[in-house]
Amino acid sequence: MRKNGVKMIKIKAKDVDVFYGKKQALFNISLDIEENQVTALIGPSGCGKSTFLRCLNRMNDVIDICSVKGEILINDFNINDKSCDVVRLREKIGMVFQKPNPFPKTLYENVSYGPTIHGMAQSKQEMDEIVETSLKKAALWEEVKDRLHEPGTGLSGGQQQRLCIARAISVRPEVILMDEPCSALDPIATAQIEELIDELKKEHTIIIVTHSMAQAARVSQNTGFFHLGQLIEHGSTDKIFKNPDNKKTQDYITGRFG
Amino acid sequence: MNKNKEQLLNKRYKAEQRFRLYGLSAIFMALLFLTIFIFKIFSTGYSAFQKTWLIVPVTFDAELMMLDQNPSKEDLQDADYYDIALKSMADLDPNANEDQENELKRMVSYFFEKEIKNELLNDPNLIGKTKEVYLTASDDLDQVFKGNYPRDLPEDQRRVSDYQLKIFDQLVANGKVESKFNISFFTNADSREAELAGIASSFMGSIFSILVCLMIAFPVAVLAAIYLEEFAPKNRFTDFIEVNINNLAAVPSIVFGLLGLGVLLAIFHLPRSTPLVGGITLSLMTLPTIIIAARASLKAVPPSIREAALAMGASRMQTTMHHTVPLSMPGTLSGTIIGLAQALGETAPLILIGMVAFVNTIPGSPMDPAASLPVQIYIWAESAERGFVEKVSACIMVLLGFLIIMNLFAQIIRHKFEKKWS
Repeated sequence: MRKNGVKMIKIKAKDVDVFYGKKQALFNISLDIEENQVTALIGPSGCGKSTFLRCLNRMNDVIDICSVKGEILINDFNINDKSCDVVRLREKIGMVFQKPNPFPKTLYENVSYGPTIHGMAQSKQEMDEIVETSLKKAALWEEVKDRLHEPGTGLSGGQQQRLCIARAISVRPEVILMDEPCSALDPIATAQIEELIDELKKEHTIIIVTHSMAQAARVSQNTGFFHLGQLIEHGSTDKIFKNPDNKKTQDYITGRFG
Repeated sequence: MNKNKEQLLNKRYKAEQRFRLYGLSAIFMALLFLTIFIFKIFSTGYSAFQKTWLIVPVTFDAELMMLDQNPSKEDLQDADYYDIALKSMADLDPNANEDQENELKRMVSYFFEKEIKNELLNDPNLIGKTKEVYLTASDDLDQVFKGNYPRDLPEDQRRVSDYQLKIFDQLVANGKVESKFNISFFTNADSREAELAGIASSFMGSIFSILVCLMIAFPVAVLAAIYLEEFAPKNRFTDFIEVNINNLAAVPSIVFGLLGLGVLLAIFHLPRSTPLVGGITLSLMTLPTIIIAARASLKAVPPSIREAALAMGASRMQTTMHHTVPLSMPGTLSGTIIGLAQALGETAPLILIGMVAFVNTIPGSPMDPAASLPVQIYIWAESAERGFVEKVSACIMVLLGFLIIMNLFAQIIRHKFEKKWS
């Protein structure tokens, strides 16, 4: 939310329904996501927040039985439209997963993979630069600059996750989706990632799914609360945590269920 | 209550001990059978790697060979060696009558004429001189020398006469019988004479068959596996295909032989008895094995790797080719080698497509008629001559060695190229 009251909306979801086979997982979700802000999606397990996140870069396409209805506008373009090419879409919308999943290749190959397949570097030198800036932005450069050609899987969990972030930002996406990026990490690594998120929001719009209310409160400007496939409430993080409109939100925030 | 618990505990301990004992005895039994099997094969087969030679003085008499003075190379090629060969054998016993001379001749292989010829071709200066030449002993004497022949049988039940034995014993006493490493076992093709029979034809036949099998089965199976695992929609039709692939793996191999006979030979008229047809038939048999192995190793690639690639904007094709397939390759390759090893040991389908024919030439290409190692074992095992008994075991040893090397290779690939992921 901007101080002067003008909100720049990056993503606009309108009446999104998601079905796994016959079972409906998301009901009528409408949510606006502001540009260059961190939006946290919270809610108990199985409430559909990850499913919603995966709608935003059409990762649900991978699941055969999953079908998505409704409109999701990114830069006023409906990504559920048939004319939308998922490869181009995912180039613009990066994703970081719950469990660090670097490719079993070298650090360099991990970060350069995206720019390579999207033809973003003309020369080896340009590629080196992309790899370096990406790793620097992911606050990993200092730790790994001497071993870029060692396997990425040899890093610690926190480093691996930052490598995955570096990989995601290497193609300069407009939006970064994070699916519980810290759930497999210790508190120190979590703190590093959270600092990073704060830094990244200057250039990217970030949507983060988290189980930790404290994390949502720390990193996000906006919060959406999901429950049983419904978006119960969304608004500024301050408001959701201090003065929610809905009783359920109140109960969840204060730890009465979930 | 307490006592009851103690009883239960004791019962549990005993049950575990019993189970361990059963397991150990099962392993012991398995090892025992294996040891007996290997011991039997080695003890019968090792002597086949030795070959018995008679050292016979040969006089290269120009007149008997119908050679002029200063003969050219061609003259030497065309010369008549039969008479001097016969004479050298007959000379072993100056008092021999005609029947006995015949028996003397049969103490060496029918190849003896050629062995004498090669001696002269190597050294044309031998004309008019006498030299001791190594001649391959007949298979029966070979067995006698190796101690495999029962000498105490009555003479009319033996293939070696008393007279031959007497002369042979004299030669042994004079140090004119020698045992050397049997190179011809590896360089000769099959022969009706046990002393000359070798595995070169069947070995090459096996190699060609396996290569043909690999070149057909591997690409087809890997493409099928990738398509089924990564691209095909999951529906009844693909389920049906999957069930049938699994069934195909359980089809008895002889059925594939009938298929090869009925389709490849009868309809497509491919050359009979060749590794080409053998390899195609074996590839049908190997296909399901490789498909199943390749699918299993594709399935073993963690979905998180696929998701990571897809989320980076890689297309499905790129995800598959850049990440999934390379990661699944070690498993696929070792599955392939195991499939090939199975094919290598296969006999029944090859017999049906005619690779059981007697082939005394070494194949130069998959289009030439050939046998294969397991079929060679089968052919020799059917031969009555005593000399073939050790050959059967020796051939099994070669086949086993081949299989062990292939399996070792599969293991090495699996360990060396398997990547660890978090």
